Amino acid sequence: MIDTVKLTDAQKKSRRGRNIALGLVLAGLVVLFYVVTLIKFGVGS
Amino acid sequence: MTVIDNHDALGTGAEFRLSEASAGDFFELLKPRVMSLVVFTAFAGLVLAPGHINPILGFIAVLCIAVGAGASGALNMWYDADIDAVMTRTANRPIPGGRILPNEALGFGLILSCFSVAILGLVINWFSAGLLAFTIFFYAVVYTMWLKRSTPQNIVIGGAAGAFPPMLGWACVTGGVSIESIVLFMIIFLWTPAHFWALALFKMRDYGAVGVPMLPNVAGEATTKNHIVVYTVLTAVTAVVPTMMGSASLAYGAVAAVLGAIFIICSIAVWRMPDGDEKMAPAKKMFAYSIVYLFAIFSALMVDHLVLWLTASTGGL
Repeated sequence: MIDTVKLTDAQKKSRRGRNIALGLVLAGLVVLFYVVTLIKFGVGS
Repeated sequence: MTVIDNHDALGTGAEFRLSEASAGDFFELLKPRVMSLVVFTAFAGLVLAPGHINPILGFIAVLCIAVGAGASGALNMWYDADIDAVMTRTANRPIPGGRILPNEALGFGLILSCFSVAILGLVINWFSAGLLAFTIFFYAVVYTMWLKRSTPQNIVIGGAAGAFPPMLGWACVTGGVSIESIVLFMIIFLWTPAHFWALALFKMRDYGAVGVPMLPNVAGEATTKNHIVVYTVLTAVTAVVPTMMGSASLAYGAVAAVLGAIFIICSIAVWRMPDGDEKMAPAKKMFAYSIVYLFAIFSALMVDHLVLWLTASTGGL
C-alpha cells in the first residue's frame, strides 16, 4: 500500500494560484522573446 | 505538487509540510514598495540618458532591473529572516510569517537574479547586465550579509545598491557610465542615510532588540541627528549639480533648490527634537518627506529634460 499525501483545500487553492502565476509568467516570456526577436531583426534589416 | 520536507533532510522523520504559499506571498518577497522606487529611478536614468532606445526594449530593460532588484530583496529576506521575525515592521513578512520557507525564498531569489541578468544582457547590452549583477551582489552579499550586522555605517555604504538603478537605466541606453549618471547615483547615495536614519530614530528599539548596529543605537540620537543634517545638506547640494553642469535648466535648479531647502528644514526640525522624544513626529515627517523629495527631484529632472528636448526640436519656439 502506497501512502499518498492528501491536499487540503487551502493547499489546493494555493497550488492552483501558483500554477496560474507561473503559467502567466511563462506566457509573458514567450511574448517577450517573440517581440524582442521582431525588433532585433527589424533593426538588422 | 510542491512537497516540502522542512525539517528532516535525511528522511528519518515523517514531518512533511505542503506549501500554502500564494503567488502574492512570492511577490511580497520582491519588496514591491522598494521596487517601485527602483522602477521609477531606472526609468529616469533611461529617459535622461543621451541617445535613443526602442520603447519596448526600454520597457524590458526597466522590467529586468525591477526583477533584479526584487530578487535581491528576496535574498535579503532569506538571509534576514531571523531578525525580521523580531522586528514589528518586518515580523509579518512571508518567511517569518511562516508562509514561505527560507529555501523557497533562496531559490526564488537566485533564479530571478540569473534570469534578470541574462535577459538584460541578451536583449539590451552586457555592460548593463554586469552592472545589474554587481548591484544584486552588492545588496545581497555586501550589504545584507556583511555590512548590515557589523557596522553602523551599514546604510551609508550599502545604500549604493539602491543608488545604482538610474545608472543602470543610463547604461541600458549608452552602454556605459558618464559623469551625469554618476551625479544621479550620488543623489540617491547621499539621500539614503538621511532617509534611513530618520526611520531608524523612531524604530531604534526594534533594531536594538535584534542587535543590528544602526547609528542611533550605537552612537546615540544626538550623533545621528548631526549625521542626518550633514547628509541632507549634501543631498540638497548634489541635486542642484545637474544645473551647474549644464545638463539641466535653471528652472530645474530652482525647483531642486526649493525642494532641498524644505528637506534641510525637516532635518533641522529632527536635529532640534529633544533626545528621548517618544512621538518623534519630526523624524516621521522627515522620513515621509524624504520619499516625496526623491520622487519630486527625479520627476523634475525628467520634465526638465522633456521641455529642453521639445524646445530644441521646435527650434526654440
